Amino acid sequence: MSQGIARAVTGSAGLLAPAALFWLAAIGAALGPSPAGAAEAVQLKPVAQGIYVYTGPHADASGSNLGAVGNVAIVVGGESVALIDSGGSLAFGLQLRAALEEITDLPVSHVINTHVHPDHLLGNAAFASPTVEIVGHRRLGPALAARATFYLEAGARNIGPEFAGTEAIGPTLEVADSIHINLGGRVLKVTAHATAHTDNDLTVYDRRTRTLFAGDLVFIERLPVVDGSLKGWLAVMDELRAVPAVRVVPGHGPASARWPAALHAQERYLQAVLRDVRIEIAAGGTIENAIGWVASEERTKWARFAEDHPRNVTASFTELEWE
Amino acid sequence: MRVAVTTFLLAMAVGIPAWGATEDESRWRDLRDSLFGDREIHEESGVVSLEAPYRAHDAAVVPITFEAAFPQSDERYVKTITLIVDENPLPMAGQFHFTEASGWAAISTRIRVNAYTHVRAVAETNDGELHMAKRYVKAAGGCSAPAGKDPEAALASLGKMKLRRSGPVLWGEPNSAQLLVSHPNHTGMQMDQVTRHYVLAYFVDSIEVRYGDQPVLAIESNFSLSENPAVRFHYVPKEPGELSVRVTDSDGDVFARAWSVPTSVAKAPGEGEASPVSPVQ
Repeated sequence: MSQGIARAVTGSAGLLAPAALFWLAAIGAALGPSPAGAAEAVQLKPVAQGIYVYTGPHADASGSNLGAVGNVAIVVGGESVALIDSGGSLAFGLQLRAALEEITDLPVSHVINTHVHPDHLLGNAAFASPTVEIVGHRRLGPALAARATFYLEAGARNIGPEFAGTEAIGPTLEVADSIHINLGGRVLKVTAHATAHTDNDLTVYDRRTRTLFAGDLVFIERLPVVDGSLKGWLAVMDELRAVPAVRVVPGHGPASARWPAALHAQERYLQAVLRDVRIEIAAGGTIENAIGWVASEERTKWARFAEDHPRNVTASFTELEWE
Repeated sequence: MRVAVTTFLLAMAVGIPAWGATEDESRWRDLRDSLFGDREIHEESGVVSLEAPYRAHDAAVVPITFEAAFPQSDERYVKTITLIVDENPLPMAGQFHFTEASGWAAISTRIRVNAYTHVRAVAETNDGELHMAKRYVKAAGGCSAPAGKDPEAALASLGKMKLRRSGPVLWGEPNSAQLLVSHPNHTGMQMDQVTRHYVLAYFVDSIEVRYGDQPVLAIESNFSLSENPAVRFHYVPKEPGELSVRVTDSDGDVFARAWSVPTSVAKAPGEGEASPVSPVQ
């Protein structure tokens, strides 16, 4: 990736010079046939001192978003940079790297993957090198090993030619409890959690700015997805509430939001699912029936409710019927 | 049991389907020959009914219900229902054998669906006739999708069982109950990206339910059932007794548990614990 391209992919400026458009077209050409809009600049929005966030759209992975439908953050320390999640494809990872190089000359020392989902880690390949630690929950490696084939097939199908070259790269540094990462005068605390959104969720806390990077343990605007344990997630939320952060960078939603107020909508939804699915089970009911009414008052309050809510009910039902 | 294994192998020999196969009957013609030979199969004849979603929300957990559509009597009853998912890697999803003590040949369960497919319930009545109901289901990837959400937790609860019942016992009549069995029911279709090996298939292959000495239900199945197999069935208790369940899996492990009727006190050791009786091999 040349410096010319790196400069063209601007940070938070939001406007592109004609030269930038030329270079973006060049990136698209280099990566193969490009659907309209596939090569838009990665916008990195500053949210606190040395912290920049890309916000993913509330959409399915596609050629136009390069699979980067979740948020990605970078934290710039005194000596190096940490990336928190990496997007959904090599192509996105390369664009992200270009945007990052526009902000700082410091090298990336850590790519921290908050969990196994493809929109959060399939950009790893753009950063992988012997000098970069890829940090994940101790269960991330096994989870990725089991799912990689499925994710890579789905990515090729949904994202198309732009997905070429994407690899599933797992952690080189595994977190069982918590570790500290020193970026030079800036220390990040990385904490592994019990099964919640997935069985391999990590959060990152930057004490300097009191910023919590919650990964998909916090959804805003986009409907939370239960791929671990509903009850586990509610329990982990109780733990997270005690983090003395002033802001959170959620896995999906705006670049940042006030903490812990940002938890309210998600907690309301998950509690509604818990309450209603328990009612259905107690009545001897079925998954099909539960999908029809559980937490239906939440329907208008979230993006992608119709797409993802039925699976949440199914997952919650099969968890709670064992109570 | 041997017969079932043979028919599974026959079914496998038909081959692995292409992704997103179209709504056609070609696969069924081969399956039909291998499973039922040249026996006549009556379609939509009011003997058996099948409910399945046209479009599934989760291809790994597709709820289905199939049942005898007429009152069961000693003179005329459904003795076996064979569940077939045309486009699954093992199209023969299971055989469900009923008895007088079942009261009603009626099953609700959850299955994996790997490609757009017909799902069929073929009922054999006691006079040897075959009757079929079918539904088309749009779902894909249910067998090749990643295995469980929390493998550590699944291993910790392996073999646990739960029986869900509601309402007072109806003596001498069909009572509904739902059996839950904690088991990963791996399909063996997920490749481990590190070792480049496929995870071994690991699934419940038989479930037997008895009331006292009476067989109520016998199921021969495979990974076509979803993780943590769930089966709703009927049984006829004539007097207080014990509903007992024996489950075997593809590793040869046996799990057993019993529940008193009418009370719900567990007879197996431990509160809801797995109770492997003895490995078969």
